[in-house]
Amino acid sequence: MFRKIIEPRAPLAFTFDGRPCSAAPGDSVAAALLRAGIGAFRTSAPGGRPRGPHCLMGACFDCLVTIDGIANRQGCMVEVAEGMAVQSQHGLRGLPGGCRE
Amino acid sequence: MSARPFLAAGDLAPAYDLAVVGAGPAGLAAATAAAGAGASTLVIDEAAGPGGQMYRAITRIDPEVFRFLGPDYWGGLALARAFQASGAGYAPGATAWSLAGDGSGLELGVALGGEARLLRARRVILATGALERPMPVPGWTLPGVMMAGAGQIALKSAGLVPEGQVVLAGCGPLLYLLATQLLAAGARVAALLDTTDPGQWRKAAPHLPAFLGSGYLLKGLRLLFKLETSVRVVRGVTGLQALGDGRVQQVRFRTARGWSAMAADLLFLHQGMAPEVHLAGAAGCGLEWNERQRAFQPVLEGDGRTTVPGISVAGDGAGIGGAAVAELSGRLAALDALDAIGALDPGRARLREPLRQSLRRLRRCRPLLDILYRPADAFRVPADDETTVCRCEEVRAGQIRAAIALGVPGPNQLKTFLRCGMGPCQGRLCALTVTEMLAAARRADPQAVGGFRLRAPVKPVTLGALASLPAGPDAYFAVTGELPPG
Repeated sequence: MFRKIIEPRAPLAFTFDGRPCSAAPGDSVAAALLRAGIGAFRTSAPGGRPRGPHCLMGACFDCLVTIDGIANRQGCMVEVAEGMAVQSQHGLRGLPGGCRE
Repeated sequence: MSARPFLAAGDLAPAYDLAVVGAGPAGLAAATAAAGAGASTLVIDEAAGPGGQMYRAITRIDPEVFRFLGPDYWGGLALARAFQASGAGYAPGATAWSLAGDGSGLELGVALGGEARLLRARRVILATGALERPMPVPGWTLPGVMMAGAGQIALKSAGLVPEGQVVLAGCGPLLYLLATQLLAAGARVAALLDTTDPGQWRKAAPHLPAFLGSGYLLKGLRLLFKLETSVRVVRGVTGLQALGDGRVQQVRFRTARGWSAMAADLLFLHQGMAPEVHLAGAAGCGLEWNERQRAFQPVLEGDGRTTVPGISVAGDGAGIGGAAVAELSGRLAALDALDAIGALDPGRARLREPLRQSLRRLRRCRPLLDILYRPADAFRVPADDETTVCRCEEVRAGQIRAAIALGVPGPNQLKTFLRCGMGPCQGRLCALTVTEMLAAARRADPQAVGGFRLRAPVKPVTLGALASLPAGPDAYFAVTGELPPG
């Protein structure tokens, strides 16, 4: 899908749904996932349809992922950090621990 | 010597002479000019480094990638370096989520590092830039269908080059620029499907003399020549669809000879830019429809003053003009702000008239570009009922047309019927389409139709960040029913 012009000398390791991935320092989560060949980051809340980055500039919110347990992060606006755990999102997000009446 | 960027909202000063939102060409030029004159200045920007989208990652890009991007990009380095040496405060990775004026000045909501603060500013310059105009075609929500700007950002910020069958579709200078940049970086562009309406040439022709005087001619010709000689360009495209199972795999397109199909791994769409007006609109600045550019922009006078005292807009957020126009308008807005707070010395005051003249000259290129690359009606008002218009809430064109037929008075009522525009993007990817659909159905002026009401927070802010806002005595009393201790 995308290749990197220059391979990073000291890549950062992170995971997407448990799968090991790597990124260059400064890469956004979205860029690193695209480079790993991952096009769909989530399924949409209304219809469960696959979605991935559309604008890469923080406007479309289609690249939402869960990062280190925090849902609805914009993958294109967050830089990869060593050891980061990124997860795909499916449908609507709930509150951690669920909603209490 | 550059100042250390702010990492948390709590580290920001409570008040500034000038707050600039956005660190693209307009914001950098404005902040550099204001800080250079001694005004306490803060730049708030979403990105990790200065440059905006045009000069994205300019201060940290790898030289191996830098060289593919061309002289228009390289020019941003001097601007970013001047900003870094200007003494202006800089808050990268920050969100400006609200702006409001009262009798005593302006209050700007900023979130940074998980904290939020309401800053006071004597003047605010909004340099929020532009968004790409949405291109709602069937299948545009499939993974692998991206905006042309996303292709540029991937290249600039991460050195990513598209692989496989890469198809570009749409119209306008950015699309052609992306094609040449991708080629330079070694990508294989399978085709550029050009949706420019050939009939627009005749309408644009009267503006050719003005265009010739703007200095953009050679640049444009070079770009088009390079494209023509190295990419398969299909002209007169009047229909477009992306198809695939889970991601884009095929692109179908219609020309005078009927429908054709080609394999695609990535599809980059582009049909022009529109000002990002969310913060201006939420602050109560008057907006008006620009018929030639087919978008809403702030009502401005002088060197960028909006209808709200103290707030100015510079750069593409004021109407699409490109990076050179943005830089000049940013400097002019800063000089105007200095003037307003009594900090404009005679030497700087004398700069204003020559800057205004340069700005007028550069703007002469726009009428031709705006008219020639006016997106065709079929790509602004989707004819196919199944086409998704609101990506967040998955509202289709047919649903919107049905609601319009019921007599929905305007975009804001349409929201309550269909949730169209109520998702996380806050209408950034559907507002123009909704306004144009209503205008087309009613044969009404888009100005009269209006747009979605814009409200703070203009970008999502976490409750945790809001909870970190310092609580004054009033807030303390409102929650506890008691006066604060001491």
